[in-house]
Amino acid sequence: MAAVSQSAMTAEPSVEKPKMTARNLDLFYSDNQALFEVNLDIAEKQVTALIGPSGCGKSTFLRCMNRMNDTIDGVTIKGDVTLDGRDIYDKRIDVVQLRARIGMVFQKPNPFPKTIYDNVAYGPRIHGLVNSRDELDEIVMTSLERAGLLKEVKDRLQSPATGLSGGQQQRLCIARAVAVSPEVILMDEPCSALDPIATAKVEELIDELRSNYTIVIVTHSMQQAARVSQRTAFFHLGKLVEVGETDQIFTNPKDERTKGYITGRFG
Amino acid sequence: MSLSFLLLAVAALCALSFYFGRQRAVALSGGRHSNLHSLPAHYGAYTAAWCGIPALFLILIWYMFQGTVIETLIISDLPAEIVNDSGQLSLALNSISLIAAGNGEHLSVSPEIIDAGRRLGNLQTVANVALVVVILSAAVLGLAVSYRKIEAEMRARNNIERIARYVMIGCSAIAILSTVGIVFSLLFEAMHFFTKVSPLEFLFGLEWSPQTAIRDDQVASEGAFGAIPLFAGTLLITLIAMCVAVPIGLFSAIYMGEYASPKFRAVAKPALEILAGVPTVVYGFFAALTVAPFLRDNGAVLGLDVSSESALAAGLVMGVMIIPFVSSLSDDVMSQVPKSLRDGSYGLGATKSETIRNVIFPAALPGIVGAVLLAVSRAIGETMIVVMAAGLAANMTANPLQAVTTVTVQIVTLLVGDQEFDSAKTLSAFALGLVLFLVTLGLNVFALKVVQKYREKYD
Ligand SMILES: Nc1ncnc2c1ncn2[C@@H]1O[C@H](COP(=O)(O)OP(=O)(O)OP(=O)(O)O)[C@@H](O)[C@H]1O
Ligand SMILES: [Mg+2]
Repeated sequence: MAAVSQSAMTAEPSVEKPKMTARNLDLFYSDNQALFEVNLDIAEKQVTALIGPSGCGKSTFLRCMNRMNDTIDGVTIKGDVTLDGRDIYDKRIDVVQLRARIGMVFQKPNPFPKTIYDNVAYGPRIHGLVNSRDELDEIVMTSLERAGLLKEVKDRLQSPATGLSGGQQQRLCIARAVAVSPEVILMDEPCSALDPIATAKVEELIDELRSNYTIVIVTHSMQQAARVSQRTAFFHLGKLVEVGETDQIFTNPKDERTKGYITGRFG
Repeated sequence: MSLSFLLLAVAALCALSFYFGRQRAVALSGGRHSNLHSLPAHYGAYTAAWCGIPALFLILIWYMFQGTVIETLIISDLPAEIVNDSGQLSLALNSISLIAAGNGEHLSVSPEIIDAGRRLGNLQTVANVALVVVILSAAVLGLAVSYRKIEAEMRARNNIERIARYVMIGCSAIAILSTVGIVFSLLFEAMHFFTKVSPLEFLFGLEWSPQTAIRDDQVASEGAFGAIPLFAGTLLITLIAMCVAVPIGLFSAIYMGEYASPKFRAVAKPALEILAGVPTVVYGFFAALTVAPFLRDNGAVLGLDVSSESALAAGLVMGVMIIPFVSSLSDDVMSQVPKSLRDGSYGLGATKSETIRNVIFPAALPGIVGAVLLAVSRAIGETMIVVMAAGLAANMTANPLQAVTTVTVQIVTLLVGDQEFDSAKTLSAFALGLVLFLVTLGLNVFALKVVQKYREKYD
């Protein structure tokens, strides 16, 4: 583990076989620096939770990982982010294909004002993943199944997605992301708009998805991070303070700030 | 004393009463404003309002009735044989007012009329003096009464609030009532027309030639009042205009909203909106003097027979006029599509144009339809461009290279020139106006409903 010595601050940034890595990542919104020297590895087929007080740069970091920051004016990024060892900020990388490999689920459920079917079929259609209607049906069904939504909606695939409940909408958004067969799924506080029951369902879903996908989840709930993740990273003021096995972070944090945050002394 | 002097005098009195009211409040406060309920200026405004508003109101009432009252007085003294004949009566009244104004020396009229003229002159002088006296005393009275009412505990501030509310109610009442009045006069005259020409013939007739005899001894055709050719012409030009305005307006809105850099947008958007500030007359002569000859000449080169006043020229220019309208409205509705939907689409790996086509445009569609409907109603009501470039011939044609005429053009030509006011020709303008009003009203209401419904969806 040579990478450990890279930064004394980040206790254990690297893992055996990282799916994605961030190295010395700085990010500026115009002149304001939002991320400072972030070094973090995302382990394959595991759930990595990002925690930290509001405004510490969790969402910003998450958006760096599928280049969603490109859609914001005035963002400059320094450092490297890799996917399977390839720099995703390389000029030769096609952002569109990159985002197909790295899906994203947002804080607020954002189904398109289309039918449930068309929402899930959106990605496969624009990427030309299917050749026939049957194949598309197949993908839609398996995606809904994976998102644990099929039972609830199979009789109303042609009704508008905006008519679903908030929790159902969020699972639809997960199904929509899954339908493109991404390798990584990024989730930005996916449960913050949901009630406890819907939250429990989504958490269960995340746990199941882990066997097929690499997942990064931003959350404000310590319990959620503890329940769903294998690794946890703690951000503070744009810096990665500590990262490690979730158990270790929650039972035996090395940094005082981490300890303070998870015991609720600040945040 | 003329009206403007009277108004100036009332204004001066108002200023004076503001000063007095304020002084009195200051005197009452004994130098400490906290002793008063309101600020001294509130007391000033209170007295000024009581001085000015009743006086102005009285002036208004006075002028509404002065004419009728005096005329009734004059008529009551005229011999019966003049009064009973409406033609003679209006002639007589005309001469009377000429004499009263001192311009009647050359008139050869009966002594009664001359007499009446003098009396009218006297009455008018008396009325003017009375007006001045009444108004000024009303103003002074208002000043005095409100001045006496000022006390430390008086709630001048709340009173002013109430007065302001009444003034605003009055203004909105004027706005609404005048609109209602116009609509009713339109309705009334149109009814008058429909007693002469049946509504069925008007709405479904295929021939439009509103020439009727001006004098009884003139030989003239009856005139045909079938408005279908006008509707068809209006429709044709509107269609051409929409074919120009909708795609260009929409695409420029998409470019401005989704692609353009903020710097470019900061320059280009106002520039586009300047197009909306160009007076329609300018578009009109641009259509008539530049576009129409250009089309005719190039048509000739291509072997097409383009008339020098063509639906195409008018429609094209009208389309250009409407572009900023369509583009700024659809820009509004598209920018209201929430960012989360765009992010959702980009997050799935969609490109910009895929996102616009598959997500933003469908989501904004109802609003865009509303915008287009509003634009259509603008195009239908637009007058200047078509007057100058579309022509007068009521052709029933779908060929955009020929001259057609529109509802608005015909209204203008019907009312320009000498006509008896109650001839079918003149009155038909009101019927056309009514149709125009109903159509644009319907379109506007429908369009606003659509836009509104869409707005609610994302709030
Ligand atoms: N689009 C933007 N433009 C400018 N500054 C931004 C933008 N988005 C975020 N920031 C700034 O970057 C910093 C990090 O924000 P970020 O949204 O990443 O925080 P966060 O950790 O996700 O917070 P929260 O938990 O509240 O969602 C904040 O100081 C924020 O003000
Ligand atoms: Mg966030």
